[in-house]
Amino acid sequence: MEFGPYLMLASLEGAVTAAVLALTAVGLSLVFGVMRVVNVAHGEFFMLGAVLAWWIATTMGGHPAAGFAAALIVAPILVGVIAAAADMTILKRVDYDPERTIVVTIGLLYIIQQLTLMTYGPEARPVEPPFNTRLALPWIEWGENGLGLYWPWGLSTTTYKLAVIGAAAVVLIGVWLLMTRTRIGLVMRATQLDREMAQAFGIPVERIYALVFGLGAALAALGAVLIVPIQQAHYLMGGDPLLLSFIVVIIGGLGSLPGTVVAAILIGMSDGIISVFFTPTLAKILATLLVALVLVFRPQGLFGARPA
Amino acid sequence: MLELQHIDTGYGSAQVLRELSLTVQSGEIHCLLGRNGAGKTTTMKAITGLMPLWAGRIVLDGAEIGALPAHERAKTGIGYIPQGRRLFTELTVAQNLEIGLMTRGASGAVRDRVLDLFPRLRERLHQRAQTLSGGEQQMLATARALCIEPKVLLLDEPTEGLQPSMIDAIRTVITRLRDAGTAILLVEQRIDAVLSVADRVTFIENGRGRETLAARDLHAQDTIIERYMGV
Repeated sequence: MEFGPYLMLASLEGAVTAAVLALTAVGLSLVFGVMRVVNVAHGEFFMLGAVLAWWIATTMGGHPAAGFAAALIVAPILVGVIAAAADMTILKRVDYDPERTIVVTIGLLYIIQQLTLMTYGPEARPVEPPFNTRLALPWIEWGENGLGLYWPWGLSTTTYKLAVIGAAAVVLIGVWLLMTRTRIGLVMRATQLDREMAQAFGIPVERIYALVFGLGAALAALGAVLIVPIQQAHYLMGGDPLLLSFIVVIIGGLGSLPGTVVAAILIGMSDGIISVFFTPTLAKILATLLVALVLVFRPQGLFGARPA
Repeated sequence: MLELQHIDTGYGSAQVLRELSLTVQSGEIHCLLGRNGAGKTTTMKAITGLMPLWAGRIVLDGAEIGALPAHERAKTGIGYIPQGRRLFTELTVAQNLEIGLMTRGASGAVRDRVLDLFPRLRERLHQRAQTLSGGEQQMLATARALCIEPKVLLLDEPTEGLQPSMIDAIRTVITRLRDAGTAILLVEQRIDAVLSVADRVTFIENGRGRETLAARDLHAQDTIIERYMGV
């Protein structure tokens, strides 16, 4: 294959990574933004989403589309409820103290991971995509009859991959509308800006925290359900999304949703492209280097507001 | 009427208020005076529930509210205008007011009434709070608290850093609220500013309430002011 079609293929793979990463990172960013705590167990909520998706799809049987549709709705809700329960029983008890929350969520990470190993097992299991038609993609070429289209061998994507990108975009727009256009979004932003004054104006901050923690985890789980027909569910799959989400949230600016999405596209696309042309390891090295540079030269992130 | 009965509170293990008692009548401006660190702001935070009550009772119009969590207390009708204003800076003027209106499910009529008190805010509804001038921010902080339709209004140094015309505007609104029957607890550093608006004054020292006097009696007694306020 020539360079052009090859780059297009790499970009498409990168876009799928970026879409799922954006969902996961926005979840982490919401939790950090509103609650000012770092959730180290975020990757495990991602993993839990994938494993639950497998479990739901297998239990349902029948047409793969039905099982997948059920997983798409039930798995994020279940994970969100588990996370909200963890918030109310554990995070609340440590008063959302930043350092203690890190330690507590590390504990949560191992508990979720090991419970999954004990019940689900060490295998990687696939979920069948609801639809998966191969789409050959054309490329422009200067041929005998002037400019024309041709279909290079190997340049293709699937309808499912395109659907993942579309679904992620729709959900992200939904989150943005929720935060900017609804009453509950207003309450969340007020809590984020000044927790004490939010309380002084009747906002039940503890309930908002549980809601945000659940919502953040549900977004990670949703990303996982979308990716599991492409990647398979495995009990250790939470590591990479956690690392990449942290990278994205730091680059985008802590707590800034638009910044997080832009950074997710940047990191996801470059991860896809560099992985195809060079190696996945180089992609991670470059992403981590970028974080180091951002932290040195623009600590508030690309889109973060400078603390007043 | 707001009554504090022998309240204790503090941060961690450091006690700040010791058996402080205080009564703010409806329709009076009651001023807390004392040196820095005497516990004036802490008193307000104890009333709003932002500081936990260690002992004692807080009674609002006959109902004990000391055991309620902070967000429930606001709903009983306590409006708080904190020191430094503490607006939701990235939200617009309209959104800041919206938060205040949501507290007790107040109607659009309340919003209109509050905006009539501060016409400058009506012109800036869609501006972000942090872009307002200091005086406008104080107006917004006051307006936000009035959206609760408060029975008790807590004002912590409302005139700090404001120009005289703005101080007058705030004072006019406060006296108007007093005349409408609101109980007002005011913390203010500048004694001259206090004496011209306050009905009664309570001195607070090392977290204990000392004397409570009518403001008009205070003019003659420089020694008391010197004792509690002098450096």
